[in-house]
Amino acid sequence: MSDKAPLRQPASPANVTALTAEVAGLIVEALNLDLAPADIDPDTPLYGEGLGLDSIDILEIALVVSKQYGVQLRADSEENERIFGSLRQLVEYIIAHRTK
Amino acid sequence: MVAYRAGTPILVPQFLADVERVAAILGASRHVLNACADRYHFTVGFAASLLSGKVSLLPSTHTPEVVRQLSAFAPDVVCLTDEDDCPLALPLVCYPRADTATPPPSPPRSDAAVRVPQVDAAQLAAYVFTSGSTGTPVPYRKSWGRLVACVREEGDRFGLRERAPCAIVATVPPQHMYGFESSVLLALCNGHALCAERPFYPADIAAVLAGVPRARVLVSTPVHLRAILSSGVVLPQTDLIVSSTAPLAQQLAAETEQRNGTELLEIYGSTETGQIAVRRPTHGPEWRLWPGVRLTLEGDATLAQGGHIEQPTRMCDVLELTAQGRFLLHGRLTDLVNIAGKRSSLAYLNHHLNSIPGVEDGAFFHLEESRSSQTGVARLAACVVAPSLEAQRLLEALRERIDAVFLPRPLLLVARLPRNSTGKLPQEALRALAARARSAPAQTALTIPAEHPALAGHFPGIPVLPGVLLLDEVVRMVESDGGLRGARWRIGAAKFVKPVRPGETLTLGHEPLPNGSIRFKILRAGQPVAHGVLVPLATQERPDHGRQAG
Repeated sequence: MSDKAPLRQPASPANVTALTAEVAGLIVEALNLDLAPADIDPDTPLYGEGLGLDSIDILEIALVVSKQYGVQLRADSEENERIFGSLRQLVEYIIAHRTK
Repeated sequence: MVAYRAGTPILVPQFLADVERVAAILGASRHVLNACADRYHFTVGFAASLLSGKVSLLPSTHTPEVVRQLSAFAPDVVCLTDEDDCPLALPLVCYPRADTATPPPSPPRSDAAVRVPQVDAAQLAAYVFTSGSTGTPVPYRKSWGRLVACVREEGDRFGLRERAPCAIVATVPPQHMYGFESSVLLALCNGHALCAERPFYPADIAAVLAGVPRARVLVSTPVHLRAILSSGVVLPQTDLIVSSTAPLAQQLAAETEQRNGTELLEIYGSTETGQIAVRRPTHGPEWRLWPGVRLTLEGDATLAQGGHIEQPTRMCDVLELTAQGRFLLHGRLTDLVNIAGKRSSLAYLNHHLNSIPGVEDGAFFHLEESRSSQTGVARLAACVVAPSLEAQRLLEALRERIDAVFLPRPLLLVARLPRNSTGKLPQEALRALAARARSAPAQTALTIPAEHPALAGHFPGIPVLPGVLLLDEVVRMVESDGGLRGARWRIGAAKFVKPVRPGETLTLGHEPLPNGSIRFKILRAGQPVAHGVLVPLATQERPDHGRQAG
């Protein structure tokens, strides 16, 4: 019987994992959340009841993301819910649209 | 021209036809909660209500609690909505879908007058609401004549007559007093065009502005103006920028004027009084009052009355009269709270916090730390005594009662509040309590007895404690400190960094996370041995996480 815990996440491409950690770190820092970046479940909804963020937070995240990755966010209403649906979705959007 | 949507003009005859259509479906009730998100729909709904002798209700937020209270205030209230899935628990009137079968009314012949309905100045147009200390929204009457007088003056002060025709783009909701005056009535009563959209991101604000011809007016708030500067987005040439709801830093005003080659005016007012003063921040700090409005000191508060103000009103800020009709703004009276332009009071918020079943004592307060953020918004924190509740439950209950922008960050569960001998709760004491709760997580020493059962394990001759037993100790410690409180829980994460042997002395520490989880760590002689997160099962259950220890 092993006394080591299993790995937290299933394997993912190294650059996505690294970017996810980086974006989680940006979010925690920008919003002064009382969480470690690693504590943000990539599939938890960011908005509303998941991580408990509201529209001001979304604006805050949009601004740090645009500064860091050169992505200008637009509110095409369906897209918006997808982009901020979760950390994973935000990272996917950044990968697809980053210019920095 | 009444409005633009996506750059397409909407003319007066269309507007009047739309108003007639909506008036026909409003029904018999005297009160209408206008919850239309689209600014044009809101304006049509408002005009329809006004012309039907109905009163529009404009609360600043639509939480279930506020909706309940409005129903008590006006039992016949119906809700006009333009959204498919309006969640409000009221009888709904749905804004009619665009009627594509009927062609829009053709523009009138040049010598034919369009009949614009007249409304009596004394008619009650709307009630706006503020947060009272008893937790119930307080209604304030807005009569049509005073509203018109106020925004006609606004149009003059903004120099809009010379710039006409103007297209007014706003980032604020039409239901908020500022948006109601400056993005709806300002256009309607002065012959300018309002824009249906309510853009949010800087790139969207620029796009909506680009879609309308000059003269362009942007009606916005410090949060959005700061975001625009921060994002580096270039706005198309805008002829006037207006800011309100919270003081705008002089530096921000100057930069905004410079970057956009435009003029920035700031409005001061309140829900109760409407706007009462204007200034150009880059030209000095003094505000100029609206005609007829006068300020008098009453104790440490300032009373505003006269002009278009409906009744003498105590202002929420400390104002210093400098000359006839001018004053300086010195900051808010202590109980009042302004977050991202939304106003409330600690008394109102505390009332709702303490009315949650299971809360024995709770208080909101301001964190001392001023941190730089892109949006410059600082949140409230709260300390709460609620032995039978988890933070997550508390937040959900609060979300039902108060606007999301006031939800505490962090919400700290504590054993008792630091009330002084008279029962008062000094802000300083709350901040000190919070600092202790956050920076010095509870710690316990644990010595593993030398004869403790251990596994021969992977290391010959070096028996180690299974991780699951360490977790047992963690849970025991957390429970004895009052955490978890009989709730079912699972291990969110657990990492065992070094093996632990019988006979060793460990330090166990744990701290609550804002979402109700508990982070723990185990140290040996200051070195980490294990750490992780315990998650109460009341929060989301993730079947694919299957974490096990040991």
